[in-house]
Amino acid sequence: MTWVVVVCAIMLGVGAIMALIRVEKGPSVLDRMVGLDVITSILIIGVALEAAWGRRTEAISILAALALVGFVGSLTIARFAAVEPEDAGRIKTAEEVRAEDEARAVAEDEAARLEAEIAASRDDEAGS
Amino acid sequence: MNWEQVTDIAAGACFLIAGFLTVAAGIGMKRFPGLLGSIHAAAKPQGLGVVLALVGLALRLREVRYVAVLILVGLFQLLTTPVSFHMVARGGYRTGKVNPDDLVVDELIVDLQDSADEELPSD
Repeated sequence: MTWVVVVCAIMLGVGAIMALIRVEKGPSVLDRMVGLDVITSILIIGVALEAAWGRRTEAISILAALALVGFVGSLTIARFAAVEPEDAGRIKTAEEVRAEDEARAVAEDEAARLEAEIAASRDDEAGS
Repeated sequence: MNWEQVTDIAAGACFLIAGFLTVAAGIGMKRFPGLLGSIHAAAKPQGLGVVLALVGLALRLREVRYVAVLILVGLFQLLTTPVSFHMVARGGYRTGKVNPDDLVVDELIVDLQDSADEELPSD
């Protein structure tokens, strides 16, 4: 039984890593949810394997809970799936982030300058 | 060889097939293109894999009261998996994440167009 457990655990691990790669790559949120569903079922098989190895019966309630609740997450996210822009899953490059930061800094300076002008004009009105 | 050894060997075979299905699903999810392809690959360990693991566990425990709960677990899994994958595929299709060029037959688009035509005022 021991080598069966070892071989099976290795296969479950390889499958889980591949599903995790899919979760990381996406490209859409639904692909990621399918990957997480696979990881949930791998978890069920793993808990069953552990229970079979040591003939433990406490894990059966965990199996029932996982089988009942495991689908709620993907169901909820699938219901609220939205149309995403083409490059929504893309990670921005360092140059893009820097350009955005600079644009934000310029806009903040502009806003501060305008605020100061408005405050100055109010002071003038109050003074006159 | 007594019957306990036979059931242990059968349980080990069930777990090995479940593990193989998991690896197959992982390879499929990595290689198949698109959302529907990964759903197709993902359904293998979720249906047959989990049921085989539960059969293996039942063969190992060999007690009726535990086997009854395990049948319930398998039933829950077979009830919930199609629901979630149906919703994922439906949401993916309606938000344009399924490439129509990959589909050989697309009966849903015909139905959607028919219902859109019916909603238009006839006069």
